[in-house]
Amino acid sequence: MKNIWSFFMGTLLLVSKGSKAYYIWVGTLLTIAAFGIMGYIYQLDQGLVVTAMKDQVSWGFYISNFTFLVGVAAAAVLLIIPAYVYHWKPIKEIAVLGELLAISAICMCLMFVTADLGRPERFWHLIPKVGLLNFPQSLLSWDVVVLNIYLFLNLTIAGYILYETYYKRTPNKNFLTPLLLLSIPAAISIHTVTAFLYNGLGARPFWNASILAPRFLASAFCSGPAFMILIFLLIRNYTKFKIKDEAIHKIAELIAYAMFVNLLLFGAEVFKEYYTDSVHLAPLKYLLQGLHGHSALVPWIWTALIFNVTAFFIFLIPESRKNPLTLVLGCIMIFAGVYIEKGMGLVIPGFIPDVLHEIYEYTPTGIEIIISMGIWSLGLLIFTMLLRVGIPILNGDFHVADDGVGSHIGDQLFLVGRQVKDVEDDEKLE
Amino acid sequence: MADHKECKHSPVEITRRQALQGLVAGLGVLALPASDASASVWEAFFQKHFRELSKEELAKTLARMGSEYSDEFGKEITVKATPAIEGVRYGYGLDLSRCVGCRRCVYACVEENNQSHDPQIHWIRVVQLDKEKGTALEYAEHYYNPELVPEKGHFYMPIQCQQCDNPPCTKVCPVQATWPEKDGIVVVDYNWCIGCRYCMAACPYGARHFNWAKGKLPAENMNTDTHYLGNRPRPKGVVEKCTFCIQRTREQPGRYPACEEICPVGARKFGNLLDPDGEMRYLIENKRVFILKEELNTQPKFYYFYAT
Amino acid sequence: MKRKLSVVALIVVGLLSFLCLGISEQVQAAKEKYFDRSGRLVVEENPTAESLRPYDVKNRVPDKTFPVPPAPFSEGIFPCSDCHGGMEPNLQRRELEDMHTDIILNHAEGQRWCLDCHNPNDRDVLRLVNGATIPFEESYLLCGQCHGDKLRDWKVGIHGKRTGFWNGEKTFLLCVHCHNPHDPSFKPLKPLPPPVRPGEARH
Repeated sequence: MKNIWSFFMGTLLLVSKGSKAYYIWVGTLLTIAAFGIMGYIYQLDQGLVVTAMKDQVSWGFYISNFTFLVGVAAAAVLLIIPAYVYHWKPIKEIAVLGELLAISAICMCLMFVTADLGRPERFWHLIPKVGLLNFPQSLLSWDVVVLNIYLFLNLTIAGYILYETYYKRTPNKNFLTPLLLLSIPAAISIHTVTAFLYNGLGARPFWNASILAPRFLASAFCSGPAFMILIFLLIRNYTKFKIKDEAIHKIAELIAYAMFVNLLLFGAEVFKEYYTDSVHLAPLKYLLQGLHGHSALVPWIWTALIFNVTAFFIFLIPESRKNPLTLVLGCIMIFAGVYIEKGMGLVIPGFIPDVLHEIYEYTPTGIEIIISMGIWSLGLLIFTMLLRVGIPILNGDFHVADDGVGSHIGDQLFLVGRQVKDVEDDEKLE
Repeated sequence: MADHKECKHSPVEITRRQALQGLVAGLGVLALPASDASASVWEAFFQKHFRELSKEELAKTLARMGSEYSDEFGKEITVKATPAIEGVRYGYGLDLSRCVGCRRCVYACVEENNQSHDPQIHWIRVVQLDKEKGTALEYAEHYYNPELVPEKGHFYMPIQCQQCDNPPCTKVCPVQATWPEKDGIVVVDYNWCIGCRYCMAACPYGARHFNWAKGKLPAENMNTDTHYLGNRPRPKGVVEKCTFCIQRTREQPGRYPACEEICPVGARKFGNLLDPDGEMRYLIENKRVFILKEELNTQPKFYYFYAT
Repeated sequence: MKRKLSVVALIVVGLLSFLCLGISEQVQAAKEKYFDRSGRLVVEENPTAESLRPYDVKNRVPDKTFPVPPAPFSEGIFPCSDCHGGMEPNLQRRELEDMHTDIILNHAEGQRWCLDCHNPNDRDVLRLVNGATIPFEESYLLCGQCHGDKLRDWKVGIHGKRTGFWNGEKTFLLCVHCHNPHDPSFKPLKPLPPPVRPGEARH
């Protein structure tokens, strides 16, 4: 009991002390999160009428973010597959960080879905046996199941690895390897299920294309790892955590291939709709050209496409892949491009034109944006906290003290700029 | 490494004891029912799915709802849960050669089924189509408002819930809050719906509507005879739709739906599809009948036909 | 050669007898009296026509009567015999000048006039083309003479406004409850307001 308490105290110290940049970062996130929470309380009181969603476009910004973030969460798999299947040393050390990203992303997904529900207090209706989960007929019930399994898996794997490392033990391969191998299909499952829940609707021809699930997976494998590369570059600069160049370049190369598949599949969609020129061309036309004078999404999707193609070439050509500036630029472009293409660029055209061919152009209201920013802040906050504890554990700076009970925070506490010996020494510094 | 005395003063302010006390106090507050809402808030929160309620629970629930609505609207409102009649499957006929697009059905439905006026919910949507373009919905005009209807060269098609036999909406509900009943009506349990709106994305006919806010109903126009699965006042954040006036049609003898009765040109027909002498069977067997979006295999029970 | 001939002869005889059997059935039907296959004596009066008819004209099901609300007469206009009882009917087709000038016939007025439907000798009833008279409560029979398809649909319940109980007493209305018999087509109505456009709702 005491060692858990001192672990907890150690983590609190880690997250509450830091450099000025750290305080600004956390402070900003907390402020935005506070605004987001206030906005959500207002939405709970007034109802979803405060959003721009109507019967014609019944899913909007929240579900767009949710769809994108499920992809980011699935992307942790990209790091695990080469790490554990090919026993690649550089990636193995940092695969855990990918899982921490997955945990934060899944938390954000759950928050976005909750924000979108009309009756969030009735979430217990989704719990099997307690409520009434329509499994296996409803794809949303599948989503509830696989997202929670994936969250649980990642918490277990990352938690176990960090726990064992904290206690200066080697994690038990026999326990870990099956879980890791399970997490690969779990990651693919969460995104496939999310794709299927759009795919199965005959009423929405824009989504009712077999190509949707492969597109989801391809774009997921671009966005998550791109974010991870940015995180790794930050970690490399600010901590003593060693991340090899070849690991980062390998991830970038894999992203290039995933983006190629993503663009290919998108191109296939475009060909099929434009060449056949049936009634079902309308949503894609709305997205790419505008329909009957409505063209709110057109500049966004073209920006996203330009970003995606540019980033693809950046990652494809080894020189630009290895150049730190273009690498960062490429990562940001891919993240933004996939965010647009798979977020609003996927969800909204499914509703425009609607099933009776009415066009209602949806743009999110201020409340939706504030709540969404609040959720992103909370997610980034969770991720920051996880990294703040996880990295010192992984690089040996935070581990159980020699007595086996207390906790020890080592010499270089990153982002602090000063040295902290033990937890109890902290008082002397004050 | 320094020595390993246990830390006496933790860098964080609250102690373990204080944290535990706060947690218990918080849970305790949660356990107390709020003074004015009383036990009914808890009953409402923990209410089981409609199909899992026992007879006594159902009677209690209906009574509680009746008194809650009566308090809210200042009128005596009753909520019933009439079950389906044996040997009945409802069908609806819409005579496209007669409909003139006057929208009286739309507003009769609003009155009969206690639909919200603000935000405005209409369960029936009448679209204006071109005679030369036929029933191609891409050319449908929803917001026509000429001086007089019917306009030359146009015909009119009301669209509402088609009460499909293979409904795509009930398939996708994650909590089974919507299901097709034995008599064919697809119903929603407003107290079980979590408001995810997946069914709205799945419906090919735009028949489902969401309560984006708490609906405003003028109390003087309220229909006080309500059905649990039909026209009782809906809370915010749940989905609703046409129920073939379940509060009327399930009575013995059954009344016609409000839209059917008010149509001034007799374009609407309703009846039991299983009745060999009924008008629905005659209609299906003798008139040129079609259904909307047949390729989706939803098997709707809303039949459009041309009598002439 | 002989064998071939006899075979052909047999075939021809077979065919002929086959045909004869068929013909004889018809011939038998045309007879007034005949024995059917089971040996019963059958006597018919107009046999051919009878046997070709798929329904029984002698035992026709009588026409259903439909309970309808009273006919929508103008105030005080019925019974017509109050005025017309003592009048001599003027069968000359003309435009009326003294009374009923408010009625403008806009219903096949090129082919008929008032007294083609209204019985000249008894204005309290209507007159069918075959000379039969019907009360105003059965005026649908008159309309049905030309509008037979509508009458068929109306009888089954799929023409016209339907109220009452779908599994009980259905309320039938007379044609004239909705259609003015002298000017039957519906006039255009003012439509009720369209729904609020989604972009224009509050917030």
